[in-house]
Amino acid sequence: MSDDELIWRIAGGSGDGIASTSQNFAKALMRAGLHVFTHRHYPSRIRGGHTYVEVRASADPVESRGDGYNFLLALGDSFARNPQDEAYYGNEEVKPLSENLDELREGGVIVYDSGLLDASEIPDFEERVEENDWHVYDMDLRSLAREQGREVMRNTAGVGVTCAITGIPLEAIEELMRDAMPEKILEPNLEIMQTAYDLVSEEYDVDAPDVSVPTGEHDEEQVLMSGSDAIAYGAIDEGCRFIAGYPMTPWTEVFTIMSQNLPELGGISEQVEDEIAAAALAIGASHMGVKAMSGSSGGGFALMGEPLGLAEMTETPLVLIEAMRAGPSTGMPTKPEQADLEHVLYTSQGDSQRVVLAPGTVAEAYEASRRAFQLAYEYQIPSMLIYDQKLSGELTNVPASHFDREPNADIGLTLSEEELADQPHTGDGKFHRFQHEAEDGVSPRSVPGQKGGRFLATGNEHNPAGHISEDPDNRVAQMDRREQKLDAIRADLDDDGLLVEHGPEDADYGILTFGSQQGTVEEAVDRLNENGTSVKSLTVAELAPYPVETVRAFLDSVEEALVVEMNASGQFRGLTQKELGTHGEMLSSLLKYNGNPFEPGEIVEGFTTNVVEDGEVPGNETKFVPAAGD
Amino acid sequence: MSAFSAIGEEREIDRNEYTPDIEPQPTWCPGCGDFGVLKALKGALPDVGRSPEETLLVTGIGCSGKLNSYLDSYGFHTIHGRSLPVARAAKLANPGVEVIAAGGDGDGYGIGGNHFMHTARENHDMTYVVFNNEIFGLTKGQTSPTSPKGHKSKTQPHGSAKSPIRPLSLSLTSGASFVARTAAVNPNQAQRILKEAMEHDGFAHIDFLTQCPTWNKDAKQYVPYTDINESDDYDFDPTNRADAQELMRETEDKLYEGEVLTGVYYRDDERPSYQQEKQNIGEMPDEPLAERYFDDDYEWERSYDSFIDKHK
Repeated sequence: MSDDELIWRIAGGSGDGIASTSQNFAKALMRAGLHVFTHRHYPSRIRGGHTYVEVRASADPVESRGDGYNFLLALGDSFARNPQDEAYYGNEEVKPLSENLDELREGGVIVYDSGLLDASEIPDFEERVEENDWHVYDMDLRSLAREQGREVMRNTAGVGVTCAITGIPLEAIEELMRDAMPEKILEPNLEIMQTAYDLVSEEYDVDAPDVSVPTGEHDEEQVLMSGSDAIAYGAIDEGCRFIAGYPMTPWTEVFTIMSQNLPELGGISEQVEDEIAAAALAIGASHMGVKAMSGSSGGGFALMGEPLGLAEMTETPLVLIEAMRAGPSTGMPTKPEQADLEHVLYTSQGDSQRVVLAPGTVAEAYEASRRAFQLAYEYQIPSMLIYDQKLSGELTNVPASHFDREPNADIGLTLSEEELADQPHTGDGKFHRFQHEAEDGVSPRSVPGQKGGRFLATGNEHNPAGHISEDPDNRVAQMDRREQKLDAIRADLDDDGLLVEHGPEDADYGILTFGSQQGTVEEAVDRLNENGTSVKSLTVAELAPYPVETVRAFLDSVEEALVVEMNASGQFRGLTQKELGTHGEMLSSLLKYNGNPFEPGEIVEGFTTNVVEDGEVPGNETKFVPAAGD
Repeated sequence: MSAFSAIGEEREIDRNEYTPDIEPQPTWCPGCGDFGVLKALKGALPDVGRSPEETLLVTGIGCSGKLNSYLDSYGFHTIHGRSLPVARAAKLANPGVEVIAAGGDGDGYGIGGNHFMHTARENHDMTYVVFNNEIFGLTKGQTSPTSPKGHKSKTQPHGSAKSPIRPLSLSLTSGASFVARTAAVNPNQAQRILKEAMEHDGFAHIDFLTQCPTWNKDAKQYVPYTDINESDDYDFDPTNRADAQELMRETEDKLYEGEVLTGVYYRDDERPSYQQEKQNIGEMPDEPLAERYFDDDYEWERSYDSFIDKHK
């Protein structure tokens, strides 16, 4: 095992505590001064089924899952033992071991729970171990846990074994367990961990593999966050105190975090009957002068197209979150994909305009969430934040100071009663909510309950006072004003630094990507440059309005560019070509849509074979689509 | 000082304040029942002491949705069937505002049926007026969820095979704490019931029979009706749920044949409103949420202060 990084994969069944154990482990490594990044893989089942989490730890910053892994802790699936399940799910008994071997690196470590898993059931197991120089520890963690406490505590035994092999001090884990566990279960857990730890030292030769974990140090205090955490906290800091939603994976994570935190901040959370209602509630609250949000994932968001248009026509600020997962329809509920891009960009009838932001990292998710609210309220327009199941669930360390920002409760151009009495906003003695000529397209608003500000908000075309109107001149004036907002927003976003360029400025080639693939692409870019290919990347975090000038400048500076995205049809490449109207002949696509995010190595390989060498498709995991001009 | 000085201001309110002075005449057909709703609302609002500026009227789509244009209050003309979710959040965000939702029978019992059921279940403090003319009017006369069985229209040329929905029973079963039926042909009763509904602290549903002289000439909205709260023939106690249910069943069975019973069918003044329930469990601020955004002295909490520790 290399000194550079530890990629620890814990595998088992859903419901076996894989997620919580890995979260604690990641936090312990972070506290020990390392940079961490987790990758979660789970089925759409409550209990049982193959699930794993990887924790990657390195002394240097890590922003991606990495290629494969070097330490497998296979705990077994305690829910896979019912033979009646087999017809439906297949025999999953050895899956936590067998399903994971393909990606285990040469020289890696396998620890498996021989109480639940029988390695002899896996064809060629011994041969593969020999071939790959794997170091195997078969341990009856189940019995060990059962003897000293409860069977479910075999996770803790597994962590004890991991520490013994890798040299991570047990104290780091103990401290976290003390924080997280009630006294009653803390003691047996600590005992189990210690016993497992000692057992390895006594019975196995731990010197055989090179098992030390990297050491590191942080300049400042770090926190462990998921993209969902960061989005929720961004919303809270930006003054959002109303959320309405309906559960749907993976949007549920943001909804849950908000619901758990809003009441103690004096806010309101509503779980409602469907997504149409959810978006409509957010509109209702926002209409009253409250910062409000809603959101969903693909299928649920489909229902929001109608209220989305209403928010635009009535110029009610609205923030919607779309957590993408694999489609079409219900698709693969727990698997990431970036295929809802066009859905989010174009849903709703008419010439409808909105802002769409797509953060690339956990830290950026916080900024993008704040920015989505700022734009929605400043410009009285629907603003959407899209991300995917990958960014939603992955945990990584971020400097704590990143979140230490000033709260912002500014709801945009909303008049006070004194200003409303001041007359410039009225015509014919009545408040003109939707003036034809307004700066940046934004006409000041009032909210119900205010004296002198009453008006009608309607989804029909309307005149300055808000009344339904089909007058052609009025129609053009209102339509032009609403469209005008987009130019102002585009100019605003230009200064934001939402686009992230990576790699040497004068590189020969480029990679264009968006959203959660940012970290992976950047890691690939670094490796390509180390290997002598001159390449840089641009991650676009604002998709509407599209940053045409910046992307054009980037593409003009390179010979050829590869567009990397997680969908089958190259939606982001299509958007780029549509917006730029040029460069099609130099853009080719590397696509992946099998439910797993890219690994950096796949991008390196895809780039090298397809762009540099004009060769064949790299493998069956990814798809290459040549440039439009080819 | 409140940023919303119109809320709770005590003054004499004239019903003409609700009449927009620059608007054209309503586009409703001559003889339309919707005029009756407008008139009753204009009469009831001053009775309740609610000014146009502390009133939010949220409507759906259809002839009923045009109510917004002819009643000069704060208004939100939403989308088909979605008035209730918008209205619910508006009330939660600023409970001081009088929130009235309105829509037609297609809007409220058809496309918005799910929202109706859930708003009643949650018992939001608002008044919901459903203009029930047993027809789709604005789309020119198609069969609606309240059209009688056998009703013929361009989209149901062989006559509807469906029994009509039972709005009163549905409302009661779903959990509304105030259920009434009135008719445009009796403006006095309508105004009285609207006033009671607005004063009621909970979800008040009014099935408002409105005649459609253009597309539904045969509808029962023209026949004489009996007020169950005033008629000597009915010794009726609207707080008795079982009696209310029984009478609803009877009248909904017979609506299309003979006497139409109107009045307050059910009221439960004990049941707390949704807002109260949420306050009881600590999920709703005591002060209106909307006020906070206008209060320069309010200290906004950062996520950093509250939640960062658990991530360290």
